[in-house]
Amino acid sequence: MDSTRKEWLLNALIAVALFAVPLWALMANEPFIITLATRIAILAVAAVGLNIALGLGGMVSFGHALYLGLGGYVAGIAAHHAFNGTPIFAGIPGTNQMLIIWAIAMVLSGALAAVVGALSLRTSGIFFIMITLAFAQMGFFFTLSWPAYGGEDGLPIFVRNQFPGMNTARPWDLFLIAYGVLIFSLAVFALLRAARFGAALMAIRQNPDRAAAIGISPFGIKLVGFILSGMITGLAGAMMADLTRFVSPVMMAWTMSGELIVIIILGGVGRLFGPVVGAALLVGFEVFFGGLTEHWKLWLGLVLLGVVLFARGGLIGLIAGRTQHG
Amino acid sequence: MSLALVLEQMLNGVQFGLMLFLMSAGLTLVFGVMGLINLAHGSLYMIGAFLCAAVAGATGNFWLGLVGGLTAAAAAGAVIEIAVIRRLYARDHLDQVLATFALILILSEAMRLIFGPFPLYLNVPPALRGTVNLGIVDYSLYRLALIGFGIAVALGLWALIAKTRLGIRIRAGESDREMIAALGVNIRALYTIVFALGAALAGLAGALVGAIQSVQVGMGEPVLILAFVVIVIGGIGSVKGAMVGALLVGVIDTMGRFLLPRFFANFLDTAQAMGIGAALASMLIYLLMALVLIFRPKGLFPAHG
Repeated sequence: MDSTRKEWLLNALIAVALFAVPLWALMANEPFIITLATRIAILAVAAVGLNIALGLGGMVSFGHALYLGLGGYVAGIAAHHAFNGTPIFAGIPGTNQMLIIWAIAMVLSGALAAVVGALSLRTSGIFFIMITLAFAQMGFFFTLSWPAYGGEDGLPIFVRNQFPGMNTARPWDLFLIAYGVLIFSLAVFALLRAARFGAALMAIRQNPDRAAAIGISPFGIKLVGFILSGMITGLAGAMMADLTRFVSPVMMAWTMSGELIVIIILGGVGRLFGPVVGAALLVGFEVFFGGLTEHWKLWLGLVLLGVVLFARGGLIGLIAGRTQHG
Repeated sequence: MSLALVLEQMLNGVQFGLMLFLMSAGLTLVFGVMGLINLAHGSLYMIGAFLCAAVAGATGNFWLGLVGGLTAAAAAGAVIEIAVIRRLYARDHLDQVLATFALILILSEAMRLIFGPFPLYLNVPPALRGTVNLGIVDYSLYRLALIGFGIAVALGLWALIAKTRLGIRIRAGESDREMIAALGVNIRALYTIVFALGAALAGLAGALVGAIQSVQVGMGEPVLILAFVVIVIGGIGSVKGAMVGALLVGVIDTMGRFLLPRFFANFLDTAQAMGIGAALASMLIYLLMALVLIFRPKGLFPAHG
């Protein structure tokens, strides 16, 4: 069996497993496991977003926590004002409707990614890594010291936002929403990768000079990729805030940006289901080893080091083999 | 707002900047010579502070602690280089970021395992306690000593790089790695020495700063990010750039936190002015870095290549 078919089979298996395990947990009345699966799905959405920039476009953004945090604060601030009945500003009311919040989170994240991307894409290599980090740090310190929405204490969401036809207070309903969004974001990723746009983005990653020589403008294509990437990560941020019912500057911390990259690497860079596997590994690792020892991060570090040094295709690469197209 | 207060804040900014320089010098050398992004540089700073506090606590002598912290950081640097880092030189930046991110997790937890979850405290040595009169202001003697120490180390580093055989090799390594290997220089040993030198400087900074703040796991990361800001502003690979960048970041950050809330207080009420001032002040150096990258994408003092 060739590696592409193997990878598709593996992907289908992962998608089914991520649905079947919480379904079993629902039967067995284990809400904790459902919430874990929801967290995996939401983290995976955030990493799918980053995977567009990093996996397809080769843009190592070390600041994607910025969009995660922005999405989170959109959800938090909208819910805060809806709860208090006060306007956000100039008579605009808050809302507790997830669909509206998601739309706003994606538009704002896309706009912010457009600004950050337009400035950052003037640089490349380590400078790109550092300037994206700098923008995320600006967001981090801004939310940390801006007192209106809790500052460093963060902002609680007292009542989880609503989704039409669902009872979001129930873990299973929330999981279904998160799973649906994950499948949607994976479909977007797969369509982008298969489209001319994805081919152009990957061509630019592999050789920007040749891409330019055949008439592809690297800057424009990369910028669009970066914007789409930020939008999906922002969407994940809004959902993350609703899952934990809490937003704080920690969502924008540089360690969060690092974790998103770790998720992608653990799963496999540029692989469709890499983020899902990576998120499941990270959350599973935290829960399993976190229960055994308080020093679980030591073991996470060792595993990560091992993956970077010895298993460069991530877990999917290890099982399904290397891709033919680099 | 008195002149004395402004002078005191300026000195604080310069002192902060010089400590940042000790951190940044190693980071920029390692990038310049080996082309490596080392996120674990902050962990070496932490190791220096922890070992200094432990040795000083056990012997009651700060200076022994300082030597202990510096030695431990240099040794840890050499071990890390040989075990992990040298496998990363040929890899892309993404692999380097991840592997050194993993090292942060490992080293932080190792420190927590060895020294426990509580912060350690390091006392200022008796000879450097108290204040000294500088005409219009009484300034902390220890902070003044840090300024002197920072300048001395900077001069020593300059002499090392400009005047010694090792310095010639480091500079040669920055301009053409293959060529100096072809000329018979043991490039592997040179890399280990450069990495350990950078680690020693980071450890020294950690130990010195450890006496004016608590020594705890995670203390290295905020400084690491600032050191990256410094070397990006200064031009990655340039020690001179690191010096200019460190002083800029140190002074602008300190003065921003001091002046901005007072500036906004002129036309806003106090609570609002404090909030906006503090928010802007904490973003200031990142704004500076973004501006530098936008207008001088290779930093203020671009290194060759």
